[in-house]
Amino acid sequence: MSAITPEVVVDSASIAAASTKRKSLWRLALRNSNVIVGGSILLVMVIIAILAPFLGTVDPTRIDPAMRNKKPDTVLTYKLEDGTPATRTAIMGTDSLGRDVYSRVLYGTRVSLAIGISVALCAIAIGVVIGLVSGYVRWADGIIMRIMDGLMAIPGILLAIALVSIWRAGLITVIFAIVVPDVPRVVRLVRSIVLTVREEPYVEGAISVGTPTWTLMFRHILPNTVAPLIVQGTFIAAAAILAEAALSFLGIGIPPEIPSWGNIMAEGRTLFRVFPHNILYPGIFLAITVLAINIVGDGLRDTLDPKMSKKV
Amino acid sequence: MFDFIARRLISIIPVLAVVAVFVFLMLRLTPGDPAAVIAGDNATSDQIAMIREKLGLTLPIWQQFGIWISDILRGNFGESFFFKKTVAELIAQRIEPTLALSVCTLIFAVSVAVPIGVLAAYRQGTLFDRFVMGFSVVGFSVPGFVIGYCLIYVFAIQLGWLPVQGYVRIGVDFGGFLIRMILPSITLSVGFIALIARITRASVLEVLNEDYIRTARAKGLSNRVVLMRHALRNAAVPILTVIGLGIAILIGGAVVTESVFGLPGLGRLTVEAVLSRDFPTIQTVILLFSVVYVVVNLLIDISYTIFDPRIRY
Repeated sequence: MSAITPEVVVDSASIAAASTKRKSLWRLALRNSNVIVGGSILLVMVIIAILAPFLGTVDPTRIDPAMRNKKPDTVLTYKLEDGTPATRTAIMGTDSLGRDVYSRVLYGTRVSLAIGISVALCAIAIGVVIGLVSGYVRWADGIIMRIMDGLMAIPGILLAIALVSIWRAGLITVIFAIVVPDVPRVVRLVRSIVLTVREEPYVEGAISVGTPTWTLMFRHILPNTVAPLIVQGTFIAAAAILAEAALSFLGIGIPPEIPSWGNIMAEGRTLFRVFPHNILYPGIFLAITVLAINIVGDGLRDTLDPKMSKKV
Repeated sequence: MFDFIARRLISIIPVLAVVAVFVFLMLRLTPGDPAAVIAGDNATSDQIAMIREKLGLTLPIWQQFGIWISDILRGNFGESFFFKKTVAELIAQRIEPTLALSVCTLIFAVSVAVPIGVLAAYRQGTLFDRFVMGFSVVGFSVPGFVIGYCLIYVFAIQLGWLPVQGYVRIGVDFGGFLIRMILPSITLSVGFIALIARITRASVLEVLNEDYIRTARAKGLSNRVVLMRHALRNAAVPILTVIGLGIAILIGGAVVTESVFGLPGLGRLTVEAVLSRDFPTIQTVILLFSVVYVVVNLLIDISYTIFDPRIRY
């Protein structure tokens, strides 16, 4: 019994302190101008992604041979299902299969945001587990870090290309292929934090009162990694969206049936000289989204992780 | 010093070993018979049997790895059934555009990024500084192929100053080669410049607060000498490090840039190989790029002593 009581005291005190500190950090982060500007742009993108079907779009996969390669702002006439003629303006033109670029770009927002979020979450989840083990289990550290060093020696996009070539293209394989090159970076970050934190007196205190290893890791050590991981996560998401676009652009990413910004651009390549809009519009959306995430990341880093912001 | 070089050389062995194991396992992880995968879709059963024999696919996997790695170390990278050539020939044929593009990009990026980074640090807080920092965030965010197509659209299609796409070998027509390198190098440089300028600014800023900078100023040295000789040289180590790490961006960017500008280099070869599932070629290209990346960073590590004599090993 006497072994448990001090633990509870240490525990509640440190958690309370950490949570008030965290709350004020968040308030600080939300007042940062970078976070506000980037966050607002991102919010618009999220709304576009969610509301894509209601923003004047048509089926992004509908092929219409009569309406191929129309320049932006062309008025299209077509027949509705019941036969009545209708017109609509293709504000971003149509592609070489007659699909509406505006609808494709808006639906593409879904794919890009989904990729960014899921890659960041997966890379962090996998990286945290491996990083905790590596930082805490001494005998495993050497082996794990050598494997991570090896993975980092393969340039990221090349590793993703290699993984895609193994599994063939698909949404899940593309996500996983982009996750793998990011994992070593998360592992290094988590491991370095674990290595510094485990020498802290409160961790030694927790060990001395017999806290089980898992409790120690998840309640005492892991919370220290949250702020840096959120910062890292935003940069991973930005890079992941770019990586997906690059893979799809090269024709080895998301299958062509799913409209993604990279796919739209890949299809626009052959007729670029005459119809640059197929590359221009998705390119603008892509650049703005990634820019917004990077700006948020910079802002979060400045507020949540001041040590790192001094370095870069 | 030699001790250090030897130690560093030994330290890259496990890294390259992990890369080799990964590249080796790639083919074994693909669904289906590796021999059939290598031989491609049009292979006869005799050909497949021959490949199976050659790879030793009936042996235990660690023996297969032994056969494979000893082939690689002797420069035998296998045969590309899709291109109907040995992989070594294929790489030799395709290496020039990639090498040329990387060298042009490196020269251009470093000669632009380092001066603007130094200047941004020197004029910290001014409009110029904010412009450089803003550019570096944008440079990270705009994908290379979008930049490439924008440049093609403006300078090749609208203005007609430069050719749209294509490649001329250095030996054939040097002028034509240079003209065709301009747009691809700028395209590939943007992200690289963003990275280097940012780090240059940060590390020069740190150095500018040091006592010896004040001493140098107090001696009456001109700003130029203080910045270039005292500040930049002391800030060189992080800049070099980031240039080395940036090689990964350069390699990844080369794959995309070569596709945009129709350069017949290794990056284009990688994509063609993936599309045709030509595994011997994919494996060799990944191995080659990784070795280059690791070796360049090793050389940079060693070069620290030249730039910063305080570093002793």
